[in-house]
Amino acid sequence: MGSQGGFGQSKEFLDLVKSIGEARSKAEEDRIVLHEIETLKRRISEPDTPKRKMKEYIIRLVYVEMLGHDASFGYIHAVKMTHDDSLSLKRTGYLAVTLFLNEDHDLIILIVNTIQKDLKSDNYLVVCAALNAVCRLINEETIPAVLPQVVELLGHSKEAVRKKAIMALHRFYQKSPSSVQHLVSNFRKRLCDNDPGVMGATLCPLFDLITIDVNSYKDLVISFVSILKQVAERRLPKSYDYHQMPAPFVQIRLLKIMALLGSGDKQASENMYTVVGDIFRKCDSSSNIGNAILYECICCVSSIYPNPKLIESAADVIARFLKSDSHNLKYMGIDALGRLIKTSPEIAEQHQLAVIDCLEDPDDTLKRKTFELLYKMTKCTNVEVIVDRMIDYMISINDNHYKTEIASRCVELAEQFAPSNHWFIQTMNKVFEHAGDLVNIKVAHNLMRLIAEGFGEDDDNADSQLRSSAVESYLRIIGEPKLPSVFLQVICWVLGEYGTADGKFSASYITGKLCDVAEAYSNDETVKAYAVTSLMKIYAFEIATGRKVDMLPECQSLIEELSASHSTDLQQRAYELQAVIGLDARAVEIIMPSDASCEDIEIDKNLSFLNGYVQQAIEKGAQPYISENERSGMLNISNFRNQDQHEASSMHSLRFEAYELPKPSMPSRIPPVSLASTTELVPVPEPSYLRETQKVASSPSVSNADSSELRLRLDGVQKKWGRPTYSSSETSTSSSTSQKTVNEVSKVDGTGTVNSKAHDNSYSSRKPQVEISSEKQKLAASLFGGSSKTDKRGSTVGHKAGKASSHAVEKPQTTKAPVKSTAVETIVVQPPPDLLDLGEPTVVSSSPPSVDPFKQLEGLIEPTQVTSSVNHGVVGANKSPDLMGLYVETAESGPSTDDANPLSGLTNSDFKNAHEGIATQLSKGPNTKHSLEKDALVRQMGVTPTSHNPNLFKDLLG
Amino acid sequence: MIHFVLLVSRQGKVRLAKWYSAYSQKERAKLIRELSAIILTRAPKLCNFVEWMGLKVVYKRYAGLYFCMCIDQDDNELEIIDIIHHYVEILDRYFSSVCELDLIFNFHKAYYILDEILIAGVLQESSKRVVGRLIDAQDSLVEIAKEQASLVSSIIAQATK
Repeated sequence: MGSQGGFGQSKEFLDLVKSIGEARSKAEEDRIVLHEIETLKRRISEPDTPKRKMKEYIIRLVYVEMLGHDASFGYIHAVKMTHDDSLSLKRTGYLAVTLFLNEDHDLIILIVNTIQKDLKSDNYLVVCAALNAVCRLINEETIPAVLPQVVELLGHSKEAVRKKAIMALHRFYQKSPSSVQHLVSNFRKRLCDNDPGVMGATLCPLFDLITIDVNSYKDLVISFVSILKQVAERRLPKSYDYHQMPAPFVQIRLLKIMALLGSGDKQASENMYTVVGDIFRKCDSSSNIGNAILYECICCVSSIYPNPKLIESAADVIARFLKSDSHNLKYMGIDALGRLIKTSPEIAEQHQLAVIDCLEDPDDTLKRKTFELLYKMTKCTNVEVIVDRMIDYMISINDNHYKTEIASRCVELAEQFAPSNHWFIQTMNKVFEHAGDLVNIKVAHNLMRLIAEGFGEDDDNADSQLRSSAVESYLRIIGEPKLPSVFLQVICWVLGEYGTADGKFSASYITGKLCDVAEAYSNDETVKAYAVTSLMKIYAFEIATGRKVDMLPECQSLIEELSASHSTDLQQRAYELQAVIGLDARAVEIIMPSDASCEDIEIDKNLSFLNGYVQQAIEKGAQPYISENERSGMLNISNFRNQDQHEASSMHSLRFEAYELPKPSMPSRIPPVSLASTTELVPVPEPSYLRETQKVASSPSVSNADSSELRLRLDGVQKKWGRPTYSSSETSTSSSTSQKTVNEVSKVDGTGTVNSKAHDNSYSSRKPQVEISSEKQKLAASLFGGSSKTDKRGSTVGHKAGKASSHAVEKPQTTKAPVKSTAVETIVVQPPPDLLDLGEPTVVSSSPPSVDPFKQLEGLIEPTQVTSSVNHGVVGANKSPDLMGLYVETAESGPSTDDANPLSGLTNSDFKNAHEGIATQLSKGPNTKHSLEKDALVRQMGVTPTSHNPNLFKDLLG
Repeated sequence: MIHFVLLVSRQGKVRLAKWYSAYSQKERAKLIRELSAIILTRAPKLCNFVEWMGLKVVYKRYAGLYFCMCIDQDDNELEIIDIIHHYVEILDRYFSSVCELDLIFNFHKAYYILDEILIAGVLQESSKRVVGRLIDAQDSLVEIAKEQASLVSSIIAQATK
């Protein structure tokens, strides 16, 4: 059978594969593989293994490694195999090394020589194999060794070689741009290659080059445009067609390049308008690849100098994507919308409902994409809704990577657009509470700074309000279990600094809370340090105001415990606290001035305040101070002092160790120690931190002022969606108040008023429908700035209701698409009530068969039986219109592809390819014969997978 | 660019793994575990894309096999779906109606074919005919080499008798 499905391996290998296929557990599989590794280790190092055997061992090594086990013992044999003269063995060797080795592996150096030799081979297949290896294995250091030969191959007579040589150079460029800088002209030359494959390959390196330096390639705009035009006009050989599209992959690459070249360049862009417009018109939007090109066109249009006509076409395509049933297209639509709103923000408005649908979609991927879009279109008017949504979503997910990202986005948006200080604090609290350990520590520092400085306005009253609201919210939160460390640091700091400032809470209350924190998080030293310092501050403020300080017993025991702590940092803080408490009010006030965290602290590095004292001492006959440099200079000379130095150094090392201990907590803490060690007595951490932030302070305050200016305008808007508590002013516009009433009414009692207001009539009897639609409407209004006029909204209600009804049925995932399609069809004609009535029972009844069709399918080996059973299930359980049943059936058979139904299983995405599908089907005339043969062969080999996975025999393409 | 190509069966078994970016053996194992957990559990009607660690993974299911490709943030997902399909069509031609079993036993051939389609993480050839011709040329050369080898060995065997 040769390559045509025969298995050229030994029985042994087939048995291995079979036993792994039948392994019931990971442990069993591991055992088999480990055994195989032992066998291979033994066999492979036997002295005269025949080459053919060796080849099989190498392939088995690849297999073992693919299953996730270490096959490094055999790497050297794979390397050896590349030296072989026979192409078959060489090819196996190269395959194995490209799979085994990364480019930084030590063995690479042994292969370079072989590669050099093979690149010169007369046999172009050997050259191709070597070039494949070059692309994977050659690293920055070895590029010079092969570069001249690769460049020479650019002129090879075989197009396959030229193509791979281009790709190899591209790879070199990625690895080390300088190494091929002088060869850039070669890429330009290859662009005119006779072979379309080579031309297409050349676009890859050119894309990279143009990304880095657009201006040097502006002269190519005309060439690219003309190539794209020719491709679109089907001038390339037929074999480059893919699903009736002329060389789509080349088109996509060209569009990508043009997007770069036309960006911000009117003249270059003008050259492109015609061809891009043509593609928009010609593209077949029913196939996946057609949509891929359309999407790339949108990317191009949104990147080049804007052209109203093209933007319009792009908007049309986006509308089509968003209305589509396919999640893929919706996703692309959302992404494309995000790109296009940069140039024409008004487009978003007409798609608001589609966007909200996507936001509420059960598909996580789509949801995230939508959040990305919202992030891009956040303004002061909609920041509250968007950030609230983001936080809700953030709380609901477990994926730390994405959580971090969305948390930092929330922070960014909140900092940029916060409508009020109060909201800002609340938002930050939520972010910290749920993702505190994931956000950057700087965010916490920013928050502390913000609370200390206020929003940069000269209104002390507002600042103190901000602080007391922060204190209150923290006192509320502090009792909750398992708060993130970063958040606790912020809480402790704020409570220490402002806990007693407005006199609302007593010192003993706050200190009690702080002690609780220190106890509850007893293994977090940073938090404890913050807590102790805060305690000290509170006591200091108390003393300074002349009140008597009664330390709580638990506080006392905490301090005692900490003064014996292993962490010298904590110890120091504890002792300092005790020292401060013993001082009188005047001294304390100087050490710990109240609300002085923003004051500048000037550090007298020369310690000039000691001058008088020093003078006195010198007069009394003390040695003058010699600076360290001078001292060490002298030490080098004099032997006598050498000993001294020893002492000094040993002292040094001793001290070093002593300070070493708290190191783990050092990086995460604000650098108080450095200051503390210089001034010894004044261990105030905040000043040093604030001094640091002082520099940064100016720029944020500008932006803050900016945002606060903007904020004034949106007081009204904020009310639409935001909680009533936020609204600080009563001066909202009439429209927003009316909206508010709508909001309340709809919440209080179902439908009546809302309907009379927003909808006309027919379907008003459906409660959930209306509620959702009005809610959605509100969401849309608050998201999209509410700029849509009321009458406009009225007109979209029909659409909304359609969507809403579909949404109502959507929850059970399985029948979503069919129902939705009907809903979409009936957007204009309002959905008759019957549909919904029918819809719900179908959902319930048809769900059992469609929950997991695969499971069912797997249980039944006979394909005909399967289809019939599925059909039966659908028909029997489903009293809905035929259309629906049909849809469900195709939808199910699409991915599961039962053999009996070759056409439906052709591919999930493109039914339009029936043409080609049929063609391949025809060419597979002896299809059944083939598969029978295969089956027979397999059985003959003794490899009969047990029935638990009949999928193995299933044709991938249906 | 494409960072890696992964073929995973519905049972979570790896059928093919090709890495275009550098990943250590440990990272690979972790990544395969994580990704198959995400992808195999996704409902059939959802997007064929998953955002993952700042990259995107495009997957498509054929019978019991999931073809996955991991791409950069700014790549075109729909195009990748078609690159996957392109690969499957070529496999289908080569094995004449390919099934999972073909790939299990001939995984090295699947690798050879992939090497003619993708190189260094980008699509190198979009013509099925060109790929097919190259693969055939390689196969036939291998066949010739095999015949020669057996001829030589038989001659040697005869001579040593």
